[in-house]
Amino acid sequence: MSLDRNERQLFWGIPVIVVAGALGWVLWRATADLDDIESRQLAWGTIGTLLGQHVVLTLICAAVVLVIGVPLGIALTRPGIRRVTPAVLAVANAGQSAPVIGLIVLLAMAMGFGTPTAVVALSIYAFLPVLANTITGLQGVDPALVEAGRGMGISSMGVLLRIELPLASKVILAGIRTALVLLVGTASFATFINAGGLGALIQTGIALFRFRILISGAVIVALLALLVEWLGQVMEMIVAPKGL
Amino acid sequence: MSTDSTANARGSEIVFTDVVKQYPGQTEPAVDHLSLGIDAGEFVTFVGPSGCGKTTSLKMINRLIEPTSGTITIDGQDTRELDADTLRRRIGYVIQGGGLFPHMTVAGNIAVVPNLLKWDKKRIRRRTDELLELVGLDPAVYRDRYPRELSGGQQQRVGVARGLAADPPVMLMDEPFGAVDPITRSRLQDELLDVQSKLHKTIVCVTHDIDEAIKLGDRICVMADHGRIAQYDTASEILANPADDFVADFTGSGSALKQLALEKVSSIRLEPAVLVHVGDPVPDVLELARRHDTDQVIVLDADEAIVDWYWTINLRGPVVRARPGRQPILLDEDSSLDTVLDALVTSLHEGAIIVDDHEHFLGIATFDEVTAHVRRVNAAPGAIGDFDAGRTHQAPAPDAPAHGQERP
Repeated sequence: MSLDRNERQLFWGIPVIVVAGALGWVLWRATADLDDIESRQLAWGTIGTLLGQHVVLTLICAAVVLVIGVPLGIALTRPGIRRVTPAVLAVANAGQSAPVIGLIVLLAMAMGFGTPTAVVALSIYAFLPVLANTITGLQGVDPALVEAGRGMGISSMGVLLRIELPLASKVILAGIRTALVLLVGTASFATFINAGGLGALIQTGIALFRFRILISGAVIVALLALLVEWLGQVMEMIVAPKGL
Repeated sequence: MSTDSTANARGSEIVFTDVVKQYPGQTEPAVDHLSLGIDAGEFVTFVGPSGCGKTTSLKMINRLIEPTSGTITIDGQDTRELDADTLRRRIGYVIQGGGLFPHMTVAGNIAVVPNLLKWDKKRIRRRTDELLELVGLDPAVYRDRYPRELSGGQQQRVGVARGLAADPPVMLMDEPFGAVDPITRSRLQDELLDVQSKLHKTIVCVTHDIDEAIKLGDRICVMADHGRIAQYDTASEILANPADDFVADFTGSGSALKQLALEKVSSIRLEPAVLVHVGDPVPDVLELARRHDTDQVIVLDADEAIVDWYWTINLRGPVVRARPGRQPILLDEDSSLDTVLDALVTSLHEGAIIVDDHEHFLGIATFDEVTAHVRRVNAAPGAIGDFDAGRTHQAPAPDAPAHGQERP
């Protein structure tokens, strides 16, 4: 893999920060003198459950965004459908511009509380980077290469799979990574509509003036986001084609 | 071409009949009733100003652009009878800069069409190496490189190799050498002509560069607008007898100079000289020159190699000596006149010595003779249209010389 100096520092720096942060918090939690409420909220089992919910919610939303965003992005760069691309991008932009907390609450009014509503709201929010990057990545492929492929007798599906997507993969993967990181952060809001996740710690901390609970929640979400960012970088390195 | 043929599918005949391309929303057709025949094994260049329809015409052959009406046949078969992808796998396609896929290795790029045709791995590998050698790249060095690790000229060579991969009878080239520097371009052109002299494909090449069109094409199709053929003929005919003012303007005022590229040394008068050896007495040499009615003396060394060249008035001293550093320019009798002019201008010699294949002296081509020839051409265009019998409408015989000129 070829990384420049800055990238290398970032690449090896993130796991160091995550491991150090996690170890630090675990040590603090094991040794701190906590009151009743704090020790109940920060019980190992509770943290584990909330973390699990948070990760599962993030992964479900990521899957939804991927399954809809990438194919839609591909479709919107095909001749014929290309005309509606600006309109679709405008809608996706609106989805991301709306504050996620507002989106979640509004949808909860319409769809009721619970995980499905959270999945819909978060997916709308994280949809834009995947869609926009898929479109940008595919539009960035030199049209001469596409024509060369067609001119050599590769089918249009073959050109998409073997030329366009590999060449656009770096940009598309960057969009997916951005979406994942956004999802880890915004999944904290899911707790407001009873969809679980680490947001519960933050909300409880604020409501009960227990700043140690609040900060614990914030630290764990931040570490999780960093870890996801790093995993995204690793994925890009593995998947991105050589020779670019 | 069947998938089990090994190599050397010869060219196919291509015929345009009344082909029209009308884009929706445009009042005038991009190509208006084009009819054109390209013989099997012929190298035809389409040349013309931007927007004259030359690229559209080219892309209609492999149906990257579908004709609105009219037919295009390859070896008598209407191209629309075939599935477009099947058709294209039988037609090599080379674009500007090579158009290599950056995420595939050189071998991977060349193997694209053979893979589509489901050749087995061993055969693809053999073919890849063979093609790399054909275009002058060492397979062991370049096979596994990525395009960005190659120079522009090397990328273009791989582009040509990729076009030839499945040994198609027809090659289409769209401004193939437009993205490389002039020196590399000239070398790539020579190599392409060399390859073509071995393979005898039917090649259709689009260019906006009249010099390239003249150098490469057996016949040149000068297009004016909407695919209207202004003239379709051999290079020498187009230069000597332009069909109209458009063609004359397009070939440009330097057409007499361009024509030099097409003419051999044999079309000018060579001056005679006497051959003497190092150490011959000067008075004897002067007497010999007077008897042969020439004032030029070629000096040979003991091995009969040409080492110097004198005007008689410059002969001094008792015996003939070879002056160090005065090795005269020797050119082959097949050299073109522009090569001679080039050599004379760059070397500051007044003449170049023309020799045959065995380095035997034939005569001296002087600057004056070449320039006098240019003046004759300018004075009487068309008077010397038959100098190059090799450039006929027919495909060259397999043993015919390549049309490129080797520069010294």
